Amino acid sequence: MATDSVKDVVLSPVFKNNPIALQVLGICSALAVTNQMSVSLVMGLAVIAVTAFSNLFVSLIRSHIPSSIRIIVQMTIIASLVIVVDQVLRAFAYEMSKQLSVFVGLIITNCIVMGRAEAYAMQNGPVMSFLDGVGNGLGYAVILLVVGFVRELFGSGSVFGLTVLPTVQNGGWYVPNGLMLLPPSAFFVIGLLIWVLRWFNPDQVEKTEYRIVANSKAKIKETANV
Amino acid sequence: MASNNSIKKTLIVAFSLCVVCSVVVSSAAVVLKPKQLENQALDRKSNILQVTELYQPGDDVDEKYAELITPKVVNLKTGEYSHDLDPASYDQFDAAQDPATSRTLSGDNDIAGIGRQENFSTVYLVGDPEDPDQIVMPIRGQGLWGLMEGFLSVRGDGNTIVGLSYYDQSETPGLGGEVENPRWKAQWDGKKIYQDGDYSDPEIALVKGGASNDYEVDALSGATLTSRGVTNMLRFWMGEQGYAPYLARFHDDSQGGA
Repeated sequence: MATDSVKDVVLSPVFKNNPIALQVLGICSALAVTNQMSVSLVMGLAVIAVTAFSNLFVSLIRSHIPSSIRIIVQMTIIASLVIVVDQVLRAFAYEMSKQLSVFVGLIITNCIVMGRAEAYAMQNGPVMSFLDGVGNGLGYAVILLVVGFVRELFGSGSVFGLTVLPTVQNGGWYVPNGLMLLPPSAFFVIGLLIWVLRWFNPDQVEKTEYRIVANSKAKIKETANV
Repeated sequence: MASNNSIKKTLIVAFSLCVVCSVVVSSAAVVLKPKQLENQALDRKSNILQVTELYQPGDDVDEKYAELITPKVVNLKTGEYSHDLDPASYDQFDAAQDPATSRTLSGDNDIAGIGRQENFSTVYLVGDPEDPDQIVMPIRGQGLWGLMEGFLSVRGDGNTIVGLSYYDQSETPGLGGEVENPRWKAQWDGKKIYQDGDYSDPEIALVKGGASNDYEVDALSGATLTSRGVTNMLRFWMGEQGYAPYLARFHDDSQGGA
């Protein structure tokens, strides 16, 4: 583990080992905050900050954390960071924080943050842990932005608030897809995204757990012969 | 390893972590508090300015607000201004929670679905407070999914609408959420609330299939319940329980003047 290169640690969670697309973690907030790209971007940045710093701090004190209370210690650090991020957003990006409302607070429950603290930061040095946090946050942010792009483009005909497809409501020709504005559409978008990613990267496809055997008797004979 | 898991070490780690984290969290909250309050105040001011349609993008919100707006506290029952309550510090949302400064609404009295109504409300006068160009009134009520909060601005006659805008709503995006669409909002300009000076029964309503007179506004397509919510909240706040006694004064004044 100590031999991980910086590039691997930062980039592999973005493409190869994406927390949303491969590990299917942190889906709930991906559904809620992706109807506009700008909101997705801020949410992505918030998660990057929280994963990176929680990994850093957990890693710094990892040799002092008693194993019996390690989850609580991680939770406390993550929760404090999330509150700080929430307060900062309210002070400097008020409009955004109004739109994100409770979802910034809910970063606490985002499995990615806790998962990285427990799986990586508890075993690795502070610098690498910090980078691992940045990488995983980035992986989350990239998926959020892609989903946000699809939803905003087809749901409101714009990208980052700039009109691309003029909608009927504003005197244009594009009839927006109302489903895209509702959270369930993110399920479809993420599902299709995972499909596309696995098509290019067949390694990511899980092995089928069981297969119906055509004829159990024949199977037994065959193995007996071998 | 064993020392890490001793009871003593566990307690020390837990205690010091709690101290450090609570210091960090509370200092962040304290340091950023003034900035957040400023943002909230600015947000409210810019919402008020936007409904008056006097605000151009790029204007300094604080400056414009100070130049144009005078807040006053109105007794909803009598329609008189209150001299005891300071508009700068009076918070009608707090007042609506307090049994001493509000009343319970139920059944037919509560068509807006708000449960409790404050006895006093803040209004924002544009221009000369004695003879305002516009009167901005906060209104709220149930939409389809939740409470919708906004401002309604009327001209100095207390009857002609300038604009209606919601700053907080959770209606279905693309359907009820279109209450924030500027094209829909533009229809409100020039509409009338009361017919023939009848302040007991506001006429204004959202209608399906195209507005045909000054008291009708096109409903939102595909959002029947949101449209109903908007109509109900206007009927409530513009009715006898809302601002009607207050707005009636402007009617009488202008009659006296003419």
